[in-house]
Amino acid sequence: MVLNSKAPEGPLAEKWDKHKFNVKLVNPANKRKYDVIVVGTGLAGAAAAASLAELGYNVKAFTYHDSPRRAHSIAAQGGINAAKNYQNDGDSVFRLFYDTIKGGDYRAREANVYRLAQVSVNIIDQCVAQGVPFAREYGGLLANRSFGGAQVSRTFYARGQTGQQLLLGAYSALSRQIAYGKVKMYTRSEMLDVVVVDGQARGIITRNLVTGEVQTHAAHAVVLATGGYGNVFYLSTNAMYCNATAAWRAHKKGAYFANPCFTQIHPTCIPVSGDYQSKLTLMSESLRNDGRVWVPKTVALAERVRKGELKPQDIQEDDRDYFLERKYPAFGNLVPRDVASRNAKQMCDEGRGVGSSGLAVYLDFADVIKRTSAEAVSQKYGNLFEMYEKITDENPYQMPMRIYPAVHYTMGGLWVDYNLQTTVPGLYATGECNFSDHGANRLGASALMQGLADGYFVIPYTIGDYLAATPPKPVTTDHPAFAEAKAGVQARVEQLLSIKGNRTPDEFHKKLGHLMWEYCGMARNAEGLKYAKAEIAKLRKEFWQDVKVVGSGEEMNQALEKAGRVADFIELGELMVDDALDRNESCGGHFREEYATEDGEAMRRDDEYAYVAAWEYMGENQPERLNKEELVFENVKLTQRSYK
Amino acid sequence: MAGSNPNAKPMNLTLKVWRQPNRQTEGSIVDYQVKDISPDMSFLEMLDVLNEDLLHKGQDPVAFDHDCREGICGSCDLFINGRSHGPEKGTTTCQLHMRKFSDGDTITIEPWRANAFPVNKDLSVDRSAFDRIIQAGGYVSVNTGGAPDGNEIPIPKEISDRAFEAATCIGCGACVAACKNASAMLFVSAKVSQLALLPQGQVEAKTRVENMVAQMDIEGFGACSNIGSCAAECPVGISLENIAILNREFLTAKATSNNLA
Repeated sequence: MVLNSKAPEGPLAEKWDKHKFNVKLVNPANKRKYDVIVVGTGLAGAAAAASLAELGYNVKAFTYHDSPRRAHSIAAQGGINAAKNYQNDGDSVFRLFYDTIKGGDYRAREANVYRLAQVSVNIIDQCVAQGVPFAREYGGLLANRSFGGAQVSRTFYARGQTGQQLLLGAYSALSRQIAYGKVKMYTRSEMLDVVVVDGQARGIITRNLVTGEVQTHAAHAVVLATGGYGNVFYLSTNAMYCNATAAWRAHKKGAYFANPCFTQIHPTCIPVSGDYQSKLTLMSESLRNDGRVWVPKTVALAERVRKGELKPQDIQEDDRDYFLERKYPAFGNLVPRDVASRNAKQMCDEGRGVGSSGLAVYLDFADVIKRTSAEAVSQKYGNLFEMYEKITDENPYQMPMRIYPAVHYTMGGLWVDYNLQTTVPGLYATGECNFSDHGANRLGASALMQGLADGYFVIPYTIGDYLAATPPKPVTTDHPAFAEAKAGVQARVEQLLSIKGNRTPDEFHKKLGHLMWEYCGMARNAEGLKYAKAEIAKLRKEFWQDVKVVGSGEEMNQALEKAGRVADFIELGELMVDDALDRNESCGGHFREEYATEDGEAMRRDDEYAYVAAWEYMGENQPERLNKEELVFENVKLTQRSYK
Repeated sequence: MAGSNPNAKPMNLTLKVWRQPNRQTEGSIVDYQVKDISPDMSFLEMLDVLNEDLLHKGQDPVAFDHDCREGICGSCDLFINGRSHGPEKGTTTCQLHMRKFSDGDTITIEPWRANAFPVNKDLSVDRSAFDRIIQAGGYVSVNTGGAPDGNEIPIPKEISDRAFEAATCIGCGACVAACKNASAMLFVSAKVSQLALLPQGQVEAKTRVENMVAQMDIEGFGACSNIGSCAAECPVGISLENIAILNREFLTAKATSNNLA
């Protein structure tokens, strides 16, 4: 299949306006004749469900949580970018576009990214109107802060809880439409398959997580807003329930999966403390505005720190290596995430890591506390410091934080065209669940921007183009494809329950996570990837012979839920490895050790790899087929990223 | 491993856990032993250990609500030794660490107890009543598009900060569980105050408070008796002041109502 991005022709700045004029419209009286399913109620899903309902469509929204307010968007800390140029520091739509393309290491589609930068300004306006309490200056106007990969201050925030406030804004808009009866909300309902009728997405199969009932739902179009797949790695900053199942089932029904190996490792997370660890906690990138990253200059000193003979405060200024400031004087501690993570790993690999495991570097606030005050620091980062202390039992006002990189975000996802439609007509993917805007590395404060852009300002326009061409006849679940998909879901539940093996879903998940982190994590090479591929295939086989789940499918059964998700993670993990093997270059979060410059920076190979790798499912136990969308850059010059 | 306190000794604990197969069936407390619990574990990681052990023995693991495990999603909802989210002030269950307990302790773990929060299974409860209260009016009625420039609505920093404080409610229900009347006043007041403080919320201020309070009563939450255990047990420090704001807003609305519904 030839991948057509459907990006409009014409000058970059005019594409979106032109496209909005050219797409077909559904007349206001006809909108109520169309049903749209939205799966997931995080920023992208809640914003889409509310906005589509406001337009007049009948929306059915689904979440596996007990409430739409719990989606993991809520945990985003630092902020949301927008090209408002309120700071008078030279920001513009084009600069945000440029920073995002460059930050993504030139592996994103220009037209999408420009549109994202354009609508970023509308997002802030919308959220303010909803009553989102963004941080403000004493004059009453909105405040900004800086984030990595940018030299302007364009990040809007609500202390360290920006995601929470934005999600509660979208949740309030969604709640209003639920009250009006325009959105029918299904909570504790997990999507387990997409129903495709005559080549078009026509509904979904869900399982009620309290009663176990498997249900069918029909609609004229289906929008997935189901988040990323970082939990393939077992340990990540994602919430415990975050999973790839909805996206993976869509993939198996014909939606191509793009750039699965593009995963983001966030540099500033609280290090692992033990085998029992269930998740990792992020310390916001905004901390790098004021915190200074360092390790001891020598291995000998680092060893004494690890043994507990020396405290960080005992190490003299001259004996510290502020490695990011040293290597990247222009951006200093605010280099993009992939660069910061790789450098931290390099320091630890050299034997200069701290903490008793040696897998940590310091993030030190002593300077800013001296320059301003502990109160001033608390105003900015209070809740983060408290969270750090609760988890580690150490006070970051007195001791530098210990941080280490952890899996945080996935740039890859379902392939979508400019309309956010997947390769299955009528099936859309929004937010982190698609691959579209961040290339090989996402800049800080851009995930919230993309989720809300897709939900509030893109899908409400583009879905009309598809629906206008669909007859406004009622849709039902009568077609045999529904019964077939439902039977498939039920059979899989039964199969998981019938294996009665010896290993728990968590044990398989941990094993998978370990393989992915070791061989498909911060640094990858062909040999390791090939090894991982074989091991994952083995693991998949073992899973279906030896997984242990008790109880029945007709009740609340959290181990059963987990088992289904782990089965999908294993298959996706294999595809991630395939993708990482195919991409014989380093770019953004994908660092292949064979392709590095002399000073250890990522070496892209634009001649051969300036494409989106869109993988096509070919059936059980068949290798997936690679389809390529060539990336064309007409508005930026491809250069080796330099933050020096 | 790089625990923050390498000298801390592992603990053995007795757990008394509420088990209830589903809403229709009566539940009871069941005793379990857990061994070698690291003080650096979170409370939920300790329950993970118990559940892995139960699963290995072929027994049904304990169902409980949880997700982000960083104190922000509001999913976790355990009543530990008679307190919402356990002994540590200003902390959700997921952020409670086992270093707050001692070797040999007996820990009682129950679900939130309130008529408006029926049990799904074991420790998991249904808090959809909170969603319905928000649906009754916890929003500003603005459609997507057409909002004025963000800086056209200047808001004094002190007001914005207070609205933010109220808006940080995570909707966990600890306030309801802590209240002897199972009142939801702190939850409702947090949303009412956030929007009452902000200019964007003024237009609908009266109908909002009336409708949200009416829905709160329909859901079967109890009355507020101003004892303040809600605020004392709130993991994110939602202030009792919000209840005062709610009462003022409610009285003003009732006295000058333009709610035609």
